Amino acid sequence: MATATTTSEPDEVDQPQTAPPRSRAGQVALWTGVSLVGAACWTVLAISRGESVSALWILFAALCSYAIAYRFYARFITYRVLRADDRRATPAERLENGSDYEVTDRRVLFGHHFAAIAGAGPLVGPVLAAQMGYLPGTIWIVVGVIFAGAVQDLVVLFFSMRRNGKSLGQMVREEIGVVGGIAALIAVFAIMIIILAVLALIVVNALAESPWGVFSIALTIPIALFMGVYLRFLRPGRVLETTAIGVVLLLAAIIGGGYVEQLGLAESLTLSKETLVIGLVVYGFVASVLPVWLLLTPRDYLSTFMKVGVIVLLAAALLLARPVLANDAITSFAREGNGPVFAGSLFPFVFITIACGALSGFHALISSGTTPKMVAKERQVRFIGYGGMLMESFVAISALIAASVIDQGLYYAMNAPAGATGGTPETAAAYVSGLGFPATPDALAAAAAAIQEPSIISRTGGAPTLAMGISQIFHEAFGGNMQAFWYHFAIMFEALFILTAVDAGTRVGRFMLQDTVGNVWPKFGDLTWRTGTYIASAVVVGAWGYFLYTGVTDPLGGINQLFPLFGIANQLLAAIALTLCTTLLIKHGKVKYAWVTGIPLAWDLIVTMAASWQKVFSSNPAIGYFAQASRYRDALASGQVLAPAKDAAQMQQVVTNSTTNGVLQSLFALLVIIVAANAALVIVRALRAGSLPTTEVPFERSQLVEPAGMVATAEEKEAVRQHVTAGGRVAGGGHGGGHR
Amino acid sequence: MKAQLVSSPLAKAVAGVRWYLREIGGTARWEAYLEHCREHGHTPVSRGEFERARTDAKAAAPGARCC
Repeated sequence: MATATTTSEPDEVDQPQTAPPRSRAGQVALWTGVSLVGAACWTVLAISRGESVSALWILFAALCSYAIAYRFYARFITYRVLRADDRRATPAERLENGSDYEVTDRRVLFGHHFAAIAGAGPLVGPVLAAQMGYLPGTIWIVVGVIFAGAVQDLVVLFFSMRRNGKSLGQMVREEIGVVGGIAALIAVFAIMIIILAVLALIVVNALAESPWGVFSIALTIPIALFMGVYLRFLRPGRVLETTAIGVVLLLAAIIGGGYVEQLGLAESLTLSKETLVIGLVVYGFVASVLPVWLLLTPRDYLSTFMKVGVIVLLAAALLLARPVLANDAITSFAREGNGPVFAGSLFPFVFITIACGALSGFHALISSGTTPKMVAKERQVRFIGYGGMLMESFVAISALIAASVIDQGLYYAMNAPAGATGGTPETAAAYVSGLGFPATPDALAAAAAAIQEPSIISRTGGAPTLAMGISQIFHEAFGGNMQAFWYHFAIMFEALFILTAVDAGTRVGRFMLQDTVGNVWPKFGDLTWRTGTYIASAVVVGAWGYFLYTGVTDPLGGINQLFPLFGIANQLLAAIALTLCTTLLIKHGKVKYAWVTGIPLAWDLIVTMAASWQKVFSSNPAIGYFAQASRYRDALASGQVLAPAKDAAQMQQVVTNSTTNGVLQSLFALLVIIVAANAALVIVRALRAGSLPTTEVPFERSQLVEPAGMVATAEEKEAVRQHVTAGGRVAGGGHGGGHR
Repeated sequence: MKAQLVSSPLAKAVAGVRWYLREIGGTARWEAYLEHCREHGHTPVSRGEFERARTDAKAAAPGARCC
């Protein structure tokens, strides 16, 4: 009997909910101080207009808000709403098998979890959203993460942990219903395809016509292969040693890229977007059928190292350089919705452009599945789930700052589609000056020369802009003549984990496909059947490859066509996850706390449905996919060619792409509505009954003693000491050992 | 363990970083396995075999990487 409700747990009342603070007065003073600093920073941001505002105000407003949210709100959710119970054994303890179920030290698991959730998303979204000004993005990233994103990650992690690490799709099927489950499964698969296509598109846009970038990124493949072989056969288990070698080679590859011209490779490495698409598709296919140890795992080590390294460097550089924001607090594009980077007004589009960093549905796939099988003690979900997401949000804030410190003429010259800028410094300067951001052709050419790129005009996708911002901040902070190196360092950093995400995502998609088709055709579900593996990989790669190809060839600019679809898809996935969380809270009889996930769910549904509605039904061709399709179809019928399309074939292309995107957009929204409707039925039944049985596994007493947060309190240390003296075990490598 | 005996903050920090790297890099896991074998009187497999078995088991269920 796998059903149980939380009320059946033994002696819940005597559970010590909180340890008494050592010094209450000290605590009060500390948190009053943090609140005052935070409030002061927000006030400066709120009232500064048209004067030079330091980027540090944003940084500290965010950090203080995170600290308060973690200390109070995350604690409230973990202890009062979810009633995480350290007397209850986690799946890692009960089912430990040395591979997926494994009791893991909380700080180590935090590292693994963060590496899995943080990718290019929090870097790219804020860069694009900077078109609205720095303030809307900052507010959404901070408020969104505190009340939505981190809550989702924490609650999904908790519920999955209470169900032995079941996946999101499995939980939706078992706790909401088969219809909702199937809709969720299709939604997850389709959303993953779009996410992979957009991520790949960002890489293509960053590498096209950039021989330095192509040289460095291409070299990561042999470097990773070498690391894989080294780690598997030459020095098994020496992960740090292997990573150190890899990092040295990687830095050499970035430096070496600066000499492509001297090496005579510049011409052969100047690749068009179309060539890069073919390269990426072939790469994605090969990488997803190769054993993970050969390519995926070693590159994952490299990208994690780069990720942590860049975040630490960027935080330090921001403090050293103290850059001033060049962006406006709120631009006219936020009000009028006519921005060149992406169309649509502040509501709802800022909230879907910035997904990762504020609220990312994709995290629900990681919070259910891998991480919950490794948690040592229940209360650690606060540190791992909520804390991990706060860290990702910090990355997003840094990216927003990097995009907001560069000259705004340069920002729009880089981010407006080629159809608008005309592609040359002269036409681009005229275009952005017309937008109200004065720029000269010389300044744009000089900016490209500073980073040793042939051109920076219409380098859309967010990655080049972020790299430009990072290179400027690093250049200011650390001095030297290294801006070109920092630019390519940042490009490498983004491309690395996008490639890791593409590789891992293709593999996950392949497994999903094999598993699903395996239900009707068992042979296809057999993972050892090579032909089946090849077919499934080809289908997944072909699907995202199609969108990638249409993206790079789209006359209207792929990023501004596909990014809204990507953002809405990610937020719709979040809607599915939050629907599940809310349903579960109510089924567990915690209706008085259902607002904790219910409010972010309501907000997310309003945002995504409003955005979907506009993208499907808007009569403005710049926003509505179908309006756009019919405008071009009508023009085509009357023999006209509408700019930026250059001929009838491109006109037809716009019609096809817009129609496909519109259909997908409708499909995503429909799937979410099905899940939500199915959940509503379950919620009504649960409300009538007071609570409903769930698939939560029954209580089993834990034999482990472990601190809950990153730093152990005095009481926790004492409890661990007594436990170890009595011969008990703790998490981590050694029995009864470890540094604490 | 040793880390609890050292007292200066710097030495503590160094020990902490070293401990973290050993944990996250998997050395601690391998040593725990050796200790487990000693306790139960098993003959441990080679490091290569141990690590390959672990990697292959993990490969059977790939973890997603977020965007």
